[in-house]
Amino acid sequence: MNPFSSRPLAEIPDGGTTGVVMPHEAAWEHVTGQALYTDDLPYRSANVLHAWPLQVFAAHAHIDSIDTSKAEAMPGVVRVLTALDVPGLNDYGDIGDEILFPNEVLYHGQPVAWVLAESLEEARLATDAIAIAYTELPSIITAQEAIAAGQFQGPRATLQRGDADAALANAPHRISGGIDIQGQEHFYLETQASFATVDESGQVFIQSSTQAPSHTQEVAARVLGISSSQVTVQCLRMGGGFGGKETNANAFASVAAMGAVLTGRPVSLRLNRTQDLTMTGKRGGFHATWEAGLDDDGHILSYKAVLTADGGFSVDLSPAVVSRALCHVDNAYYLPNVHVIGQIARTNKTSNTAFRGFGAPSGMIVTEDLLGQAATKLGLGEEEIRRRNFYAPGQSTPYEQVVSQAERMVDIWDKLKKSSDYDARLLDVAAFNTAHQHVKRGLAITPVKFGVSFNKPFLNQAGALVLVYRDGSVLINHGGTEMGQGLHTKMLQVAATALGLPLRRVRLAPTRTDKVPNTSATSASTGSDLNGGAVKNACELILDRLAPVAAGMLGVHANDVRITRGVVNGLGTEKCTTWEELIETAYFQRVSLSATGYYRTEGLYFDSSTYKGNAFKYYARGAAVAEVEVDGYTGAYTTRQVDLLHDVGSSLSPLIDLGQVEGAFIQGVGWLTQEDLRWDTSDGPNRGKLLTQAASTYKLPSFSELPQVFNVDLYVHGETTDDGGSVYGSKAVGEPPLMLSIAVREALRAAAAAFGEPGHQVELPSPATPEAVYWALDKARRMVSDPALAAD
Amino acid sequence: MTEPVNQAETDVAATALTVNGNKMSVADVAPHTTTLQWLRGNGITGPKEGCAEGECGACAVMVSRPDGEGGTRWTSVNSCLVPAAMLAGQEIYTAEGLASADALHPVQQEMAMRGGSQCGYCTPGFVSSMAAEYYREDRVNCECGSGGCFSAPTTSDIISTARAVPSGNKLPWPLVLNDDAQRLEPWLPPRTERDAAAGADVVPATRYESTSPHEPEIGPNGFDLHALSGNLCRCTGYRPIRDAAFALGEVDPDDPIAQRRNQPAPASRPLRIETSGNTFVRPADLEETLSLLAGAPEAVLVAGSTDWGVELTIKHRRTPLTIAIDQLPELRQFHVAGDHIEIGAALTLSEVERLLGGSVPVLAQALPLFASRLIRNAATIGGNLGTGSPIGDMAPALLALDADLVLSSPRGDRTVALADYFTGYRTSIRAADELIRAVRIPTPVAPMGQFYKVAKRKFDDISSVAVAIAATVTDGTVQHIRIGVGGAAAMTLRALDTEAAVIGKPWTAETFEAAAEVMQTVGTPMSDHRASAEYRSATLAQSIRRFYSEAAS
Repeated sequence: MNPFSSRPLAEIPDGGTTGVVMPHEAAWEHVTGQALYTDDLPYRSANVLHAWPLQVFAAHAHIDSIDTSKAEAMPGVVRVLTALDVPGLNDYGDIGDEILFPNEVLYHGQPVAWVLAESLEEARLATDAIAIAYTELPSIITAQEAIAAGQFQGPRATLQRGDADAALANAPHRISGGIDIQGQEHFYLETQASFATVDESGQVFIQSSTQAPSHTQEVAARVLGISSSQVTVQCLRMGGGFGGKETNANAFASVAAMGAVLTGRPVSLRLNRTQDLTMTGKRGGFHATWEAGLDDDGHILSYKAVLTADGGFSVDLSPAVVSRALCHVDNAYYLPNVHVIGQIARTNKTSNTAFRGFGAPSGMIVTEDLLGQAATKLGLGEEEIRRRNFYAPGQSTPYEQVVSQAERMVDIWDKLKKSSDYDARLLDVAAFNTAHQHVKRGLAITPVKFGVSFNKPFLNQAGALVLVYRDGSVLINHGGTEMGQGLHTKMLQVAATALGLPLRRVRLAPTRTDKVPNTSATSASTGSDLNGGAVKNACELILDRLAPVAAGMLGVHANDVRITRGVVNGLGTEKCTTWEELIETAYFQRVSLSATGYYRTEGLYFDSSTYKGNAFKYYARGAAVAEVEVDGYTGAYTTRQVDLLHDVGSSLSPLIDLGQVEGAFIQGVGWLTQEDLRWDTSDGPNRGKLLTQAASTYKLPSFSELPQVFNVDLYVHGETTDDGGSVYGSKAVGEPPLMLSIAVREALRAAAAAFGEPGHQVELPSPATPEAVYWALDKARRMVSDPALAAD
Repeated sequence: MTEPVNQAETDVAATALTVNGNKMSVADVAPHTTTLQWLRGNGITGPKEGCAEGECGACAVMVSRPDGEGGTRWTSVNSCLVPAAMLAGQEIYTAEGLASADALHPVQQEMAMRGGSQCGYCTPGFVSSMAAEYYREDRVNCECGSGGCFSAPTTSDIISTARAVPSGNKLPWPLVLNDDAQRLEPWLPPRTERDAAAGADVVPATRYESTSPHEPEIGPNGFDLHALSGNLCRCTGYRPIRDAAFALGEVDPDDPIAQRRNQPAPASRPLRIETSGNTFVRPADLEETLSLLAGAPEAVLVAGSTDWGVELTIKHRRTPLTIAIDQLPELRQFHVAGDHIEIGAALTLSEVERLLGGSVPVLAQALPLFASRLIRNAATIGGNLGTGSPIGDMAPALLALDADLVLSSPRGDRTVALADYFTGYRTSIRAADELIRAVRIPTPVAPMGQFYKVAKRKFDDISSVAVAIAATVTDGTVQHIRIGVGGAAAMTLRALDTEAAVIGKPWTAETFEAAAEVMQTVGTPMSDHRASAEYRSATLAQSIRRFYSEAAS
C-alpha cells in the first residue's frame, strides 16, 4: 500500500511549504560569519599539516629530474609528495589523461610535487628548495594553433538534420561568419580547498569543497588504491562553485588524502587565488565558423557550423560541454536543415571544464550573432527576425526531440516586450542617438531556451536519506551540494511539504558519501529536480508506513490519512492527532522511521553516435531586454535598464529563484563584457602563462555593473501546478538565466552600430570590453567618412 | 636606538588588539603576518581570504580610526593587507562581533532577509563594509523625499564621476527571520499559482520591480554605495545587497558600537616586536623614524600597507625591518596656507577626500575613482606616490595641479616638484634616507579641471590610462594648462608637447583637435592584458577632445 508515494511528482499537498518566500537556510550563519567552509576546519583541528605545490612554469616540458632532499631537510617539512608516493593510480581523471604527479608538464603552472609542512610558510619555502630540471617542448596555446596543427582530443560530434548543403545552395540569402568566444574564470570566492584525516581503522575522511562528493570519493580511492567504502567525502558547503568544483576538486582532495594516509596527520590543502587561477580549469573558449541560408522573410533555411572548443590539456568534461553546445545552437529557433560539427582542441592550458551553461551559452552566441547579422542584411528588425524563427508547437529540435511548451516562448516574449515597453523605447533610443554625437544607446531583446537534464542519461538519478527521530524531529540528507544556489533551502521546503510538517521540524545535514552513495554532481541545473525527487520519495515512503498507524489511531482507511502542518487528520472524522504522537505510536508498533529515497528522470535516451534522442525532460525559458549607453570617447558603457522574464515553473522558493536569475544574468554579463582571460601567446619565456591571474587583473562585475533599472519577473502561467517540469511543478534555474545576458551584448552591438550609418553590420568580439566596443564603434564611425571601409 | 622604543618593549598595552570587544595580544606576531592570517589563526574565521590583495573585500573588518574631531570613525579595511602588528593598540570588529546572542545586527538582518547572501563567503566582508557606512555619522536621510532627486546619469557622468545605480527597490513580500529551532519562521504568503487571477500576466508575489529611483548611488537613507565598491560578490548580482544597504534605518543611540564613536580613537603606542630575526617598529615620531631609516636604508616603511600587503601575500616578500609610519603626527598634518594646501603624506585617501571636500576639482573627480573605498580607507597619499606606480591615479592628478613634495631626512626638509620627482619605472630622486612628509598643492588651483580614467570596470580597477587636465582660459585664450598622464610610459608624466600645442592658443575645437593629434603620440604606451597600445594612444587623444567638448558645453 502506497497512499503517499503514489502522489504525482507535481502535486503539492495542502499546506505545502514549497513556494514560500524564505531566505537562505544558512543566511543567519552567513551574515554572522559563523558558517563554516572547508578551510575554516584546520583552524579547529590540531597537528594539521599544510600543503604547497611545486608548480612548473613552462607550457610544455619534460621533467628530467626532481630532487627533494634539500626540501625535506628544511624546517617544519614533514614530507614531500612525488609520483613515487602514490599508493594507487597516479591519475585523477577518468580516462588516464590527468596525471596527478606528472613527468611531462602540459600547462604553465602545472603542479608536479607537493610539500607538507607544519606551516604554510615552511611548506612554501621548502618548495623553493626542490631541485627540478626539465626540458621545454613545443607548445600549442590557442585553439587556432591547435586547429592548424590538427591537435584534437576526445570525440568529434556531428549534429545533422535534413540536407544543409542543398538548402544552403537554394537559399535566397547566404551569409557566413566566425567568432572567437572567450572563456571565463569561475572565480568562486572560496578557492579550492580540501581537508583530509585518517582514523584508526584506516578510513579516510575528506572534507572537500566539491560539487561531486561521490566522484571525489571515487578518484581519491583510486589514487589511494583502496575501495570507495574506505573513503568518505563530506562537503559542508561551498563558497561558490559554478561548475568549477565539478571535477576540479578531485586532484586536490586526492593529494590531501594521500598526505593524510602517508603521514597519519590531518592535511589541509587550500589554493591561494593565484594557484587557483593558474591550476584549475575554466569555461573554455570556443572558435566558431558558420554559414547560413535564409529566405526573404528571415527564416533560417540552412545552418552549418563548426564549433571548436578549447579543451585545454585534457579531455575532462569537454565532450559533454560540446554536446550541450551542439544541442543549443538552435536556442529558441527552428532549424530545418542543420549540419554542425563539434570538436575539442588540445592545448597547453589548464583543462577546461564545467561552467554554468556548460557549452550552451557558446552555442547560442553563434546563432544570435548570425541572426544579428542577418537582420541587417535583410533589413529586418532584430526583434522581428528572432520571433519569426521561434519554434512552432509540434516542431522538433535538430536532435529530433519535440519541443514541449513551444508556445510559451512567444508568450514570454510578448509579455516582456509589453512590460519593458520595448517598442516605445526603441523609438526613444533612435531619437536619443539622433540628438547625441558622442554617446549612443542600444536596445536589444533575446530569448533563451535551455534543455534540462544531464546530456548523459545515466546521470539523471539521485538518492536521499530521511531519518525521523522519536521526538518527531526530522533529519534529511541528499546527494546534492550547497554552493549558494539555495539547494538545501529548497530541499527543506520539499521535505516539509512532502511530510506535511512545519519547516522548523526538518533539519538538513551536510552532504556526505556515507549517507547517500553514487550521487551525480550537483550540476546541469538539476540539483533540485533530482534530489527534490529523491527527498520527496524518501519522505513519502515513511508516510506510507505511517499511514496504517495513523489510520488505526483515527479510525479511518490509510488512504484517507492527511498530514498538514504537523497535524494528522482523517477524511470524514473529527479526530486528529499530532505528528509527534503518531511517531511515538509508530515507534512502539515497531515501524521503521527512516527511508532512502530515489529518483530517476523518466523518458530520457540519447544516441551520441547519431545525435538523436529525447535528451531533456523539459525546457526552461526566458527572455531579456537590455538597454545600454556607450561613450564614443572610450567605448565605456553603462547598462541603463534590464528587464528579465524567466520561467521557473512553480517556484520552490521564489527569493532563491530570484537570486539565481539575477546572479546568473550578471555573471553572464561579466563573461560577455569584461572578464578577459589572457594568456601569453608569444614565443617569449612566459609562453603559455596566464596573464590575468589575480583579482587585480581579472575583473569580475562589481556594483558598477548593476543595471540602473533592473526589473525581474518570474513567469507565471496561471494554469495547473503540473507544469511539465519537475518536483512540485518547479523548473531548474541555475544555468538558464545566464544566457539572458546575451541581450546586453546585442545592445552593445546596436549602440556601436549607431555611431555609423544604418545598414552596416558591426562585428563585436567577445568579451565586449570597453576597448572592443571602442574599436567597433570607431570602425562604424569611420565608415561614415570612408566608404572604402564600408565596402570592407 | 632611541628611548621610546625601549620603553615600548615592556608596554603590554601597546601590543593589545581588541577584537569584538575581547583583548588579545599581538606581542608574538611576525611582522609579515597579516591581520587576516592572525584573526583566522586565532579562530576568528568569519573574515575570509578571497584574493589576498585587497581586491575582493571578503576579509574586510571594521577598525576604529580618529574622525578628525576627537571621536572615532568605524572604518572598513582589508585585513588581508595590513600586518597584524600595525593594528596593535587598536579595536576591530568582524562580522562575528556584530550580532548579539539572539539577534542579528541591523545590517545582518537586512542582508539575510533580502537574499543578500547566497554562498555566504563574501558576506562577512560585505557586512563589515556595510556596517561601517551604517555607522558613518554624517550619513543622513536624503531630504528630497522619495524619487524626486533621481536623474539617470549619462555615460559621461559615469566616466568622470563614477556614478551609477539608482535605489529604492522594495521587497514585495514581508520576510521574517528568527524561529525557535531554526531561526526561520515560515511565513506563508499565498501560493502564487493558486491565487493568480486566471490569465493574469504577472502575479504580484513574483514581480520584482525597480521602483522609486533615487540618487543613483546614494540611498534614501544616505547610504553611499561606494562604501561597498571594494567588495565583490560572485553569486547575487548585487541587487539584493544594494537593497539591504538602502533599507538600513537610523542607528540606535544605545548601540554600544555607535556610542564608541563619541570617544577618541585609540592611539597606537610606540612599539617594537621582534620575532625570528624580523623586527617591527612603530617609532614615536619623525625624528626617531628618520634615525631608524638612516641606520637601515633597506627597511620597509609602511603606512596603509595596501601595496606592501600585496608584496607580502602575493610576492611573498619578507624584510628584516618594518617601520610603521601611518600614525606619525608629522605626517598627518593638513593645512591651508596662503599660497598652497599641505596634505600630510600619511593621511589616507578617504581622509584627504573629506578634508578637501570639492575644493580641488581634479582631485574631487579622481579620488572617488581611485581603487575602492576599502583601499582608500587605508592607502595614503604619500604611499601612492612613494610606490612610484606608472599608473597610480594620484600622480597624474597632482601633476596637473603642479604639486610639490616635501621630503624629510636627517639633513632636514627639501621641497621638490612632483614633475621632477619620478625618474623611471618605480624610481625617483628620493634618497634612501628620505621619506615623503607632505604633498603641497599651489593655490589658487586652475578653475577648469577634469580627471579621465579609462578602465575595464568603473569601480575599483587599475587605469589603462588616466589623464588629469587643469586649465585657465582668459578672454578666449588658453593661459595655462597642465596635463598629467598615467599609463603611457614607465612612469607618470606631463604631456608637455600637448600642453605646448594649447598654451596661448584660442579656445577652439581646432586648437584641441590639433592637440589631440599630439596627445596621440605621448609616451610609449605598451600592450598588455589591460589594453592595447593603440587603444591607450587613442583614448589619450580622445581625452583632449573630450575636455574641450565637455568644458565648452
